[in-house]
Amino acid sequence: MTKKDYEDIPGTFVFDADRSREGYHLNQFCISLGKQKGRDAYTADPEGYLASFKMTEEQRQAVRDQDWNRMLELGGNVYYTAKLAAYHGINFQGLAGLMTGMGREEYRKMMLEGGRPIEGNRYKSEWGEE
Amino acid sequence: MARITAGVACSHVPAIGVAMDTGITNEPYWQPVFKGFEKSREWMKENTPDVIFLTYNDHCTAFDASCIPTFALGCAAEFQPADEGWGPRPVPVVKNHQKLASHIAQSLILDEFDITIMNEMDVDHGLTVPLSLMFGEHGPEDTWPALVIPLAVNVVQYPAPTGNRCYNLGKAVRRAVESFEEDLNVMVFGTGGMSHQLQYKRAGLINPEWDKRFLDLMTEDPVFASKIPHVEYLREAGSEGVEMVMWHVMRGALDEDAVEIHRHYHVPASNTAVGHIILENRAA
Repeated sequence: MTKKDYEDIPGTFVFDADRSREGYHLNQFCISLGKQKGRDAYTADPEGYLASFKMTEEQRQAVRDQDWNRMLELGGNVYYTAKLAAYHGINFQGLAGLMTGMGREEYRKMMLEGGRPIEGNRYKSEWGEE
Repeated sequence: MARITAGVACSHVPAIGVAMDTGITNEPYWQPVFKGFEKSREWMKENTPDVIFLTYNDHCTAFDASCIPTFALGCAAEFQPADEGWGPRPVPVVKNHQKLASHIAQSLILDEFDITIMNEMDVDHGLTVPLSLMFGEHGPEDTWPALVIPLAVNVVQYPAPTGNRCYNLGKAVRRAVESFEEDLNVMVFGTGGMSHQLQYKRAGLINPEWDKRFLDLMTEDPVFASKIPHVEYLREAGSEGVEMVMWHVMRGALDEDAVEIHRHYHVPASNTAVGHIILENRAA
């Protein structure tokens, strides 16, 4: 397999075909919550509804735990997981606050002050990662 | 003959739509975002096109993970604003110029762009927020001042089409429009961006230097801009910033020496840098 030229970007999952394959059923579960029918079904019987999607047990547990980063690590994509977040009353900015570990208020403040700078955030090596 | 007169690029941040729909655009947070579109709305009033060819991306609304077309052209008579999980936006139904859309579909495919034809499609904030920004508030009972041909581009699953492919598609759209007999004023929109990352630990990334250079390149060197590789967008403008490839469809449809009429840049709107540019063909 050829090396991917985007894998040295820190704190980032590029949602490519490999991730899409791994996360397919998780993402399809999440997107089903974009419609009232899916939300009602999930509310009525959370475990039964989760079981109706062919996710891995790890993916199901991440959904139960609302572990947003774990979902991404297991092939989730943020445009999909955002529907699960919305189900739980969390908007995009609130979700970003959770994924970054900063919390909503600190994250919002960072954005008002111009966002996360690019300096020091281009390469994994700058984060002390491989 | 139909002709392309101008191009518009702008962000399509969903929170901008929410701000307009809930009437909070004068709040200090939003005022500077909308201030930059005052001139744009005046210009749109003076130059209202018959048809807008609007390049945007669907956010897993019309297309979930089960079907991911790279380029999908809206050929239906009309497109309903979609329910994205919090009810449809209170904006008008989007009406197509169906004959021109069919003509463009046929022309593009024979021009070797193998697009997907959509005869049923709801449209999400990616399409309606740019219309709201450029036309101002319109309620569900109103009509948009122009007909709209939607082109949905996959930018959710990597890889999006290359900038070069988008630029050349813009040229093919122009050939299609200019071979349509009806006398029509057509504008091309490219939407999305600018720098933003919505996911994982680097969420919140904003790169104003890169964004401003990209705006400069839209005017000064669109061919160079169209060659920017995906990894540069991902690294420099954030994982979701790669959607700026859609601006090249707009740029490719214009003259290389198109004139910059207006631009606007502001940080932030929610998680995103808002960017906007209007370019006009000299013959227009």
